[in-house]
Amino acid sequence: MAVISNGTTLIDAGAIDSGIATGSMTLINTLTASSSATLTFSSGITSTYKEYLFTFNNMHPADNSVQFLVNFRDGSTAYDATKTTSFFTADHSEAGSTDGLVYVSGQDLAQSTAFQPLTVDTGNRSDESCCGHLRLFDPASTTYVKNFFARMNNYVSNNYSEDSYAAGYCNVTAAIDGVQFKFASGNIDSGTIKMYGIK
Amino acid sequence: MGLISNGTTAFDAGSMSLGGQITFIKKLTASGDSTLSFVHGSSSVVFDGTYKEYLITLKHIHPATNNVAFEMNFTQDGSSFAQSKTTTNFDAYHAEAGNDSGLRIEGNPNSMLANNTGWAPLNYNMGNENDGNLSGFVRIFDPAGTTFHKQFQVELSFQYFNTYGIRQNTAGYVNASVATVGVGFRFSSGNIDAGDICLYGIG
Repeated sequence: MAVISNGTTLIDAGAIDSGIATGSMTLINTLTASSSATLTFSSGITSTYKEYLFTFNNMHPADNSVQFLVNFRDGSTAYDATKTTSFFTADHSEAGSTDGLVYVSGQDLAQSTAFQPLTVDTGNRSDESCCGHLRLFDPASTTYVKNFFARMNNYVSNNYSEDSYAAGYCNVTAAIDGVQFKFASGNIDSGTIKMYGIK
Repeated sequence: MGLISNGTTAFDAGSMSLGGQITFIKKLTASGDSTLSFVHGSSSVVFDGTYKEYLITLKHIHPATNNVAFEMNFTQDGSSFAQSKTTTNFDAYHAEAGNDSGLRIEGNPNSMLANNTGWAPLNYNMGNENDGNLSGFVRIFDPAGTTFHKQFQVELSFQYFNTYGIRQNTAGYVNASVATVGVGFRFSSGNIDAGDICLYGIG
């Protein structure tokens, strides 16, 4: 059944008519981990949106002290797009005895197909997790490299709060059509990742 | 009564399930207020498990008193803002004169909390010049959760004593497994003279 007001179709076939103004951020897909080796957005990343936002809510690893990772698919079936990235953190211990603002050279990539860390040493005790966002710009472009940046807050396994910043670009002109997340070892015990398109 | 189109629920229980995914909840406008807060169930505020993430925008927040810090705290009972937090805090700064710039962790021992129930500073040494203000964002993840710590992120831009532009980044977690039901803002001294604070739920 369609909903028509004053001659204008508002809703039809289960969707808002394209001529109707709506919010500018659209939820595309939600993935919920349940002892999952990976969480993968293998569809829905197209030229429909110029920016994609991924939100991470309480990503909890099965293994202790592991990195939360991302990689991108650039036309094949593998998540192995070549990337150059930067990574830095601000951290502070619960004991109040240690803090720092550090560029972490071991967590960056230089023209590498490896997974990019978004956190360092996420803890796996029952109340520990990481949360944050990743933004991917214009993944369907076949002209430009594909820039992305992420900010996470992370409960580090040795009882630190860590504010992590990863950014970089997929140094390919092929479109990015998939994004995959995992921990460096062990499963994603629980957590939710949502993917939004931004007009 | 719900409205279903082609098997998809378009409207039900007074809300629309199609369209945008950021929902405006509440706007607070400061006018000489000591504290501004959002508490679930008070003044039409929703701050519970309805949304897994909340976004708060801060626009032109102006202090009544000179040389103050803008602060944030959380409540689990709706009245006492004193949940334990561990935070980080760093900034990028650049002098209006162009002769000084850098990136630094906030060395002031009071600027970062270590399992402390006090108010978390989100900036420092903020002037109250007529045109001085701060603007930015706060994101809080799953405040209603009772399993994990409640993570948050803050990003502000402000003018330091009319001499520096500063981008301040604060983040941390509420170190508690009980639900957080509200968040409050204040200056370390004096009132919030002016400014808008808006709360959004992200679906």
